[in-house]
Amino acid sequence: MSDATSQLTTADGRPLKAALATAQARARRKAFFLVAPLLLFVLITFILPIGQMLTRSLYHDGFSAVTPNLGQWFAANPEGTEPDEAAFAALAADLAKMKADKTAGEAGTRMNYTVPGTRSLFTSTARGADKLQPPFKEALLAEDKKWGDPIIWASMRAASSPWTTDFYLIATDRQRTADGGIEKVPENERIYLWLFGKTFVLSGLITFICLLLAFPIAHLLATLPMAKANLLMILVLLPFWTSLLVRTTSWIVLLQGQGVVNNILVSLGIVGDDGRLAMIYNQTGTIIVMTHILLPFMVLPLYSVMRTIKPTYARAARSLGATSWTTFRRIYLPLTLPGIGAGALLVFILAVGYYITPALVGGADGQLISNLIQFHMSKSNWSLAAALSGMLLAGVLVLYWLYDRLIGIDKLKLG
Amino acid sequence: MALPVYADPLERVWYYTYHAICVAIFIFLIAPILIVIPLSFNAEPYFTFTPKMLRLDPEGFSLRWYDLLLTFGMAAPDGVRDSSWWADVWQNATWVKAAKNSIIIGFWSTIVATVLGTLAALGLARSEMPFRRTIMAILISPMIVPIIIIATGLFFFYSNPCSILGTECGRLTSTYTGVVLAHATLGIPFVIITVTATLIGFDQSLSRAAASLGASPSYTFFKIVLPLILPGVISGALFAFVTSFDEVVAVLFIAGPDQQTIPRQMWNGIREQISPAILSVATILVLISISLLATVELLRRRSERIRGVTPQ
Repeated sequence: MSDATSQLTTADGRPLKAALATAQARARRKAFFLVAPLLLFVLITFILPIGQMLTRSLYHDGFSAVTPNLGQWFAANPEGTEPDEAAFAALAADLAKMKADKTAGEAGTRMNYTVPGTRSLFTSTARGADKLQPPFKEALLAEDKKWGDPIIWASMRAASSPWTTDFYLIATDRQRTADGGIEKVPENERIYLWLFGKTFVLSGLITFICLLLAFPIAHLLATLPMAKANLLMILVLLPFWTSLLVRTTSWIVLLQGQGVVNNILVSLGIVGDDGRLAMIYNQTGTIIVMTHILLPFMVLPLYSVMRTIKPTYARAARSLGATSWTTFRRIYLPLTLPGIGAGALLVFILAVGYYITPALVGGADGQLISNLIQFHMSKSNWSLAAALSGMLLAGVLVLYWLYDRLIGIDKLKLG
Repeated sequence: MALPVYADPLERVWYYTYHAICVAIFIFLIAPILIVIPLSFNAEPYFTFTPKMLRLDPEGFSLRWYDLLLTFGMAAPDGVRDSSWWADVWQNATWVKAAKNSIIIGFWSTIVATVLGTLAALGLARSEMPFRRTIMAILISPMIVPIIIIATGLFFFYSNPCSILGTECGRLTSTYTGVVLAHATLGIPFVIITVTATLIGFDQSLSRAAASLGASPSYTFFKIVLPLILPGVISGALFAFVTSFDEVVAVLFIAGPDQQTIPRQMWNGIREQISPAILSVATILVLISISLLATVELLRRRSERIRGVTPQ
């Protein structure tokens, strides 16, 4: 067969196999050229900025750039070396340079990230650094006893290279020990992993509520005649098309202390005027509003799967003696699993990275990890914001990969 | 779903309960959106129905918050409403400026997203496309990646776009171009999804027929392909526009005071002292989304009709 193919030729005498390969390569190139402009655009305006931002999580030269002498000493002496007079001399020289260049604040800020409370150590010592006399060890310890603290030296060693994993350590609630090891921070200071956990738990809860609410209406829409279903579908699609800020505003109006819902409850006598429910500016608010906003993303995939389930299956089960509950549990529910999977994954992915709603209605206890990233951005702690972003992004990309594997990106539908 | 004749009493009860549950869920979906409409006509600065409103007393209603949208930020709001007053509105009113910015940014980002997205969707729909799945995943990812990460990345990137080349070349922060590029990126997934969905039903032999009759690729595209996929393209463009029109986080990070958009203005309003003027903006936006939704629905039906796809 392959012999026969290789002997066939096109009209101009070329082997058919080679001509076909050329034609296919040309078709592939053509298809790729259509996509290339957009791919380039997305690489430049999307992938590159995020990549650049993420390098900040591993790179911070606030300390290393202004401490050349210390850098040399750390390079010459292996980890665990007791800081000697040469080390203190290098430190004194760097501090004097910081005073001249007014960079003590930057170096102190960088150190402050890993050892809280050290910023003032740098700024205050640098102020008199040009008057320090040898022996420097005694002179510096006289300035501040903290300079003898092994933790300070271990952290300075870590910060003396601009490439650092310090920010990922902080973002996972860890810190360096004096002997160069790594330990968990005290229990009451562990905030980041806890907030990651809380974000995932709340997203899971919101996904679950969305599923509970979406299932009945998707089922109703799927079993109604097409004309009626399309009409009711508008009720699902309208929220989808309505501005997020509008929906958030509406919920504030409905749920706030003097809002519509509380007023109704008070006028019906269900709650007293002094017992108005706090339903917004807290975790409850975040859950209610995010559920409302993400609900259409659950209804649409469920609906498109339920549409394809033939009612004859349920009827067959009933005719064979199954109760309506058994029919639902054994026949209908398993058939809707692809829709449940698609909707739940999508809602969960979107919920994990949510920012706007928690920021506006979350109050103090309804904040998610995105809000913490914004907080560190506003405090100019960019490397920590980048490290937290890196961890969040990794989580989202794993879920996205799972979505593509299980459902397929091209199955994504919008209305 | 009608009640089957063989249903027992328990199933009858469940049937009506089920419908009641569905009604409640639909109310949950739609009531928060509709509630702002009557409240935006409140004569008092409250976010709840006053007794006068409940009695449908005309005194309980007013257009004062809509009026505030025009006058807020004006140089001389109390003057006679002649042409110079309206010129003042057009020039200075905060919400009018925000609306102009939103429309300008939305327009250009939609153009960029739709042109590039449609071209790419045409390529992705071809069976010869190499690495189809991976490329598709990359192009859809702006929809999936948390917006805070995108905005943070753009914030650094825009402060010196050429840093990767090791040079300086101005900034994109606080520029219209910067916001347009960011919003175009965010709108692209929607264009890709909508147009590829339209192209699934597209008969490729039509373009081959045009080519065999001597039409050039561009002639084939504009005369044969585009008219057939146009409803999908327009839907995608509307999605891209709405995405830009509703986007606030990227604007917060990269835009300057000259690029205040409606969502940004609303954001400020909600964070600071929330005023009923926000409700009148919300009402206008709800009406816009209703008309956009209606347009997209009509386009979808038209698209199904011209492609001969019968709705299931």
